[in-house]
Amino acid sequence: MSNALVTVPKTAKKGEIIEIRTLVSHNMETGYRRTERGVPIPRDIVRTFSCTYNGVEIFSAELRPAISANPYISFYTVATETGMIAFHWKGDNGFSVSSSAHITVT
Amino acid sequence: MSKRRSRREFLSAAAVLAAAATLPAGVRAQATKDLRGTEQDLRGTEQDMRVAINHFTGSRPLAKGKVNLEVPPLVDNGNTVAISVTVESPMTEADHVRSIRIFSERNPEPIIMGFRLGPRAGRASVATRVRLADTQTLVAVAEMSDGTYWFGSAPTVVTIASCLEEI
Repeated sequence: MSNALVTVPKTAKKGEIIEIRTLVSHNMETGYRRTERGVPIPRDIVRTFSCTYNGVEIFSAELRPAISANPYISFYTVATETGMIAFHWKGDNGFSVSSSAHITVT
Repeated sequence: MSKRRSRREFLSAAAVLAAAATLPAGVRAQATKDLRGTEQDLRGTEQDMRVAINHFTGSRPLAKGKVNLEVPPLVDNGNTVAISVTVESPMTEADHVRSIRIFSERNPEPIIMGFRLGPRAGRASVATRVRLADTQTLVAVAEMSDGTYWFGSAPTVVTIASCLEEI
């Protein structure tokens, strides 16, 4: 149903600043549009995004209707230790998607 | 572009008005409010943005600088606009960016997005893709760990607006 795409370097040196890029498939229906008959189309968006590094939250975002369909978010983090970087998206109508990536820190 | 209302829009608006005339006052008020949805009134104002920014900063002083907001100067399609915010900060435990919020003066909602970060970010830089309803100036505000607020802004010209179109 829903897909997430994340780009995390497979390996990094300890202390290195790495870029993380994320994409989740979602229409992001704003709630401001109408059908041609004038019927409002209810809002259905991704509301929150969070990223944890070995269980510790390192970044989060609050999304609004102004975010384009298939929300793209990129940010940075310091590679501290080998482990899992996990991503969670939550939204209207019970939308919930998770993804994760393993990173080896040397 | 909002001045050019299509025949279809006009007809559906006329139908709602005609229906509203026969309804009780409360329902009519709601119908009139809904009707604005197809029009330019839905767009925000600079004042809306100011209120939203004051709410974010708790009306504390806001200084210009440190925040670099990058928005394309000319946007063909307001549905997908790549923007980025970079804040000058060492991102250490003692001195880092706590949060960033991006504001719009012409979208239906003044807040575009909010980010929470911390010293583990290493670099206070984020990017996303947004919808823009009109030609406008965007503002990004950063909250620092010392409790100060800084902002940067960027103007953009939008030729095809987002948000308000019909399906």
